[in-house]
Amino acid sequence: MKKENTVIVALAVLAALVATTWLILVAPGLGSNEVNMTRGVTQQSADHFELHMIVLWICAIIGIGVFTVMFTSIVLHRKSRNHTPAKFSHSTKAEIIWTVIPVLILVGMAVPATTALVKMEDSSGAEMTVKITGFQWRWKYEYLDEDISFISSLDPNSNAARQLNSGMVPANVDNYLLNVDHPLVLPVGKKIKFLITADDVIHSWWVPALGWKRDAIPGFVNEAWTNIEKPGTYRGQCAELCGKDHGFMPIVVIALPQDEYDTWVSEQLAEQGAAL
Amino acid sequence: MSTEVIHPDTHHVDDGHDHGDHKPSNFLDRWLFTTNHKDIGTLYLIFSLTMFFIGGSMAMVIRAELFMPGLQLVEPDFFNQMTTMHALIMVFGAVMPAWVGFANWLIPMMIGAPDMALPRMNNWSFWILPFAFTMLLSTLFMDSGGPAAGWTLYPPLVLQTGTSFAFVVFAVHMMGVSSIMGSINIIATIFNMRAPGMRLLRMPMFVWTWLITAFLLIAVMPVLAGAVTMLLTDHFFSTNFFNAAGGGDPVMFQHIFWFFGHPEVYIMILPAFGVISEILPTFSRKPLFGYGSMVYATATIAFLSFIVWAHHMFTVGMPLQGELYFMYATMLISVPTGVKVFNWVSTMWQGSMTFETPMLFAIGFVVLFTIGGLSGLMLAITAADFQYHDTYFVVAHFHYVLVPGSVFALMAATYYWLPKFTGNMYSEKWGKIHFWSSAIFVNVLFFPQHYLGLAGMPRRIPDYSPQFADFNMISSLGGFAFGATQLIFVGVVLHCAYRSKVKATPEVWEGSRGLEWTLDSPPAYHSFNTPPVVTHNALSRAD
Repeated sequence: MKKENTVIVALAVLAALVATTWLILVAPGLGSNEVNMTRGVTQQSADHFELHMIVLWICAIIGIGVFTVMFTSIVLHRKSRNHTPAKFSHSTKAEIIWTVIPVLILVGMAVPATTALVKMEDSSGAEMTVKITGFQWRWKYEYLDEDISFISSLDPNSNAARQLNSGMVPANVDNYLLNVDHPLVLPVGKKIKFLITADDVIHSWWVPALGWKRDAIPGFVNEAWTNIEKPGTYRGQCAELCGKDHGFMPIVVIALPQDEYDTWVSEQLAEQGAAL
Repeated sequence: MSTEVIHPDTHHVDDGHDHGDHKPSNFLDRWLFTTNHKDIGTLYLIFSLTMFFIGGSMAMVIRAELFMPGLQLVEPDFFNQMTTMHALIMVFGAVMPAWVGFANWLIPMMIGAPDMALPRMNNWSFWILPFAFTMLLSTLFMDSGGPAAGWTLYPPLVLQTGTSFAFVVFAVHMMGVSSIMGSINIIATIFNMRAPGMRLLRMPMFVWTWLITAFLLIAVMPVLAGAVTMLLTDHFFSTNFFNAAGGGDPVMFQHIFWFFGHPEVYIMILPAFGVISEILPTFSRKPLFGYGSMVYATATIAFLSFIVWAHHMFTVGMPLQGELYFMYATMLISVPTGVKVFNWVSTMWQGSMTFETPMLFAIGFVVLFTIGGLSGLMLAITAADFQYHDTYFVVAHFHYVLVPGSVFALMAATYYWLPKFTGNMYSEKWGKIHFWSSAIFVNVLFFPQHYLGLAGMPRRIPDYSPQFADFNMISSLGGFAFGATQLIFVGVVLHCAYRSKVKATPEVWEGSRGLEWTLDSPPAYHSFNTPPVVTHNALSRAD
């Protein structure tokens, strides 16, 4: 029995060590977004990333503290070491301490959490507005200041490869499931307001690099905003279950410098004019 | 049992019957028409184990499809049916009935009562369930397939469900009726049938947590029933409760659903808290630390569960003030939950621990539930939740609190009381094998899902971008291994019930305290026909 217990405790300590190292090594994200939240390309996404890391570290430290005490006890206070059980069954002082300290930690967390949220919900002073409408299973974008609008669907290559037993290898498809036929083109360095709604069921518009998602609800118009700092292509997906092709309505945002954006706008207007 | 031997303190007075154990000999009389709390408890437990495997096999389909990118096995719509049914079955068919099963077996024995207060209603509340779940499962064979809108049944999507819609709603109604009757029975039993001297603040923690859980159930099951009824009339009778075009509000459904749904998650975890508070003192050979604060913490958690619901829907576009309120209120829950975890660790501290299977599962619970609780605290932070929401991070979070949380507590409870129920000891060796493989594989299964969510994988998708491939494959392998491991559990239980040659003593465990351990193992068919004398030593609390 004694030997068996030793084996068990060794395994338990090993498991705790593995879990802790895993958490510590992986938690900082090491700059890749494969295991951690992206820092993104907006002030909001950077705020949300910082907030996430603060809370993650607080939680990790609390967890490691609790587990250290627990596994110390498991090693020391065992019958096989002839440890005599203590008789105590409560301590008002200890219980007050571990009620008050968590409250203080929570207050400490609530401060940055409140600041970030207040910033996120302030969409005033936007310089342009894009209306986003979710459909089963595509997105429609309307540039309210420019008279441009188009529908954005999963690109044909991904669509062919995603059929059941298509025989195509997803890894060989460019940006499999994260590519669209008509990406949303936006200028960098401008505060852009989004009006988000849906036509049939609830969808949710999410590009991780922008730092938030917001539901698209039929009959209601939600507001959100962004200000992209860096030109580039940013990909996201619908985040609210919306039926059979919920997994197949991606979002692609191409952020361009203002001059290139202006060129794109005039091209679009010319194209739409030609189509009329 | 040919003679009815109870603890000397409680020796049974001749009640005019013979000295048999009064079990009906006829199979139908024994099981279909039973009013015996032990038999009904057994029925609940067998039923929930069956559902656990049905729901689990659906999870296997989900993990198999997600094993690699591309669709290999099922169409997206069937995938959605699997996620929806997996959740409905695990929540309403596996975890909840399992706790009601333990409540039936244990509460009368723990408070010194002969049976539940309302034995016929007890029979009915069980026998509704097989019909409810047969109906729910039958929808998978209908032309339109089963429900595919997620277990949260959000309109307008759920209103696109075909033939199965009305069956699902009716099945949910039946589950609600069963839960409410079960809860009424538990409350009536605890308030009316305690043995003299078993004052409320002397009750075992499992009884306390179930009492609070029963109130939660009575409060919220009618809310769910109302919500699904409104869906039903929107679907068939042209009402517009949730249709914006007709003046309704689809978000209102989410508010109503989560007013039910948040207490519901505590319904699944509070009895687990009770079980852990029974097991840790036994194997630490030391009284539970802070019994009083454990009771108050449970009640506080239950109260807070009613005022935090909208943290499930931070992205619907609530006003800033609303988001701030729900964030602060949700963060508060970590205070009483923290008290519980700290008290459990203090219970172990300076004890004289041994590590039999129930203790291993209880320790596994404390560690892994704490991880799930901490990720819950992260999810409470609204601005960060704008990234976490509806990703695999959420999936990882709630599976950590439900699988190595509730389900590990159910396993712990089974190993702890099975010798009492059957009179035989289970195989400690196989119990430990079951624990270690469960504990390892559950982490292989769910831990990588945190990374997937943070990296941007939405939940409820049948196919994904190749950047998510590695962790999905690891998670699926862990899932298959975890699923297979549960077959060991069935083997251990069957062996214990029918094959084990090692008889259990009445106390079963060296450090066990509480009235149920004063009865024989197995206890007589009718126990505590006369109320026991509640001595200090028979109480599971000691201060």
